[in-house]
Amino acid sequence: MSQALALPTRRDEAFRYADLPALALLWPVEVEAIAVAAGETGALAIINTGAAPVVRELAITLAAGAKFDLRILNAGTGYGRIAVRVTLGEGAEFTLGAVQLAAAGQTLEVVTEVVHAAPNAISRQTVRAVVANKGVVNYLGKVLVKKGADGTDGSQSVRAMLLDRTATANAKPELEIHADDVKCAHGCAVGELDANALFYMAQRGLPPELAKQLMLQAFVAEAFVGATEEEALLASALKALGGML
Amino acid sequence: MTLLKIDNLHATVAGANGNRPILKGLSLTIGAGEVHAIMGPNGAGKSTLGYVLGGRPGYEVTDGSVTFNSKSVRPELVEGVSLPSRNAPDLEKQNGATTSSARADFGDSADAIDLLSLEPHERAAAGLFLGFQYPVEIPGVSFVQFLRESLNSQRRSRDEAPLSGGEFLKLAREQAALLGLDMEMLKRPVNVGFSGGEKKRAEMVQMGILGPKLAVLDETDSGLDIDALRVVGDGINAVMRAPDKAVLLITHYQRLLDYVKPDFVHVLAGGRIVRTGGPELALELEAHGYEAVAA
Repeated sequence: MSQALALPTRRDEAFRYADLPALALLWPVEVEAIAVAAGETGALAIINTGAAPVVRELAITLAAGAKFDLRILNAGTGYGRIAVRVTLGEGAEFTLGAVQLAAAGQTLEVVTEVVHAAPNAISRQTVRAVVANKGVVNYLGKVLVKKGADGTDGSQSVRAMLLDRTATANAKPELEIHADDVKCAHGCAVGELDANALFYMAQRGLPPELAKQLMLQAFVAEAFVGATEEEALLASALKALGGML
Repeated sequence: MTLLKIDNLHATVAGANGNRPILKGLSLTIGAGEVHAIMGPNGAGKSTLGYVLGGRPGYEVTDGSVTFNSKSVRPELVEGVSLPSRNAPDLEKQNGATTSSARADFGDSADAIDLLSLEPHERAAAGLFLGFQYPVEIPGVSFVQFLRESLNSQRRSRDEAPLSGGEFLKLAREQAALLGLDMEMLKRPVNVGFSGGEKKRAEMVQMGILGPKLAVLDETDSGLDIDALRVVGDGINAVMRAPDKAVLLITHYQRLLDYVKPDFVHVLAGGRIVRTGGPELALELEAHGYEAVAA
């Protein structure tokens, strides 16, 4: 399925913070369709740490009782955009753990639209970003609970850590709920490393780079907890983090 | 021999209304092998002194000096402690020296360093440990990982070989046992979910693992029940009572001093030491209050 559409503009909400010149080079983008049959389980880990721009569009459909575990390390030095549209059947379960690391002045973004189309489905999104220099990191995440999708349990935990005053993080967790009996939580925070903790660690003998590295490792690891490829994801993230400090 | 000499220290703390002067000419000399207690009313500058010594950002020294000689040893206390031979003649000379805290004899002055010129982690590596009044929680970083990295960073900067995982765990287990802290707790994230008393015990375990020359303990007794106070007091004695180490206890109350007997008690008021005495001064303060004693 190819998308022979015109290049999106900033007025298109999902592309509001995109690197449009870089996007133009790769547009239109082939949509990667993934379907998980009823009761089946699927998983995908995307590790983007290269120099070439990467734009991917995933469309994931989960039938009743299906489970899918998506993990993303978005840490390339060029434009990196991973857009995911997930449609959840009854009792389906979707997990997203994404880490974005930007220090090269590039724009990295994860854009999700999670559609709870039937009752009792669960979606869990954990997104962590570390941004330095003039890096830009975006997360646009919409959870849509359709009419009749009662018993929906959706959560979004979005946190970004800015290492420099010149770094940017845009976060837009969004809930659109058309059912009555739902449990949806979202938390979003953009902050800096805790100065108290940094002094505490320095006082025990840790040089600043090492102290920051330990704290950031723990911070990004939250997005990879429970992943089948947890070790590989963490190892790649730590390597990328090491280059940022 | 003098381990730490603070001379005419002036320091300000950054606040909403600019820099506020807190320390106003504080002088204090601590010899190796000594335990000093600093007592004083709220706002006197006790915690500020600890933070200034540790190099906390936002605390600016505007005048004075702090000299630290981590190789100091109090000779008359040495029993079976092997000393570097180059220090031996020095020690001969120093034998019988007075124990007055007014002296400032750095012996081999080449070892004395300007503490204030060092970064916080360099001060730690030089042998300074600051026990925090409010130990900081660090989510996701285990005590074991944190302390092993800290100790090995210190060791590398002193040209000592880093400890292996096994060696470190053995040391950590010993020190945790000394303070009655379950080793399992050291596998948890730093201070996360610890009670006030557990945090203070964990501070002392960290002190035991890192093995500093000078420990500045800021209200280590606050938040401890009577039993924990004794355990922590015993821990301080076990870790820090040595001819080549010293302790500066910052406290509000006399109680901790029942367990860790100070050689000197100082009263800090208005940013300076206004009175110095022996352990009896702490009792006098407890009986009559700061206002009467410091006046």
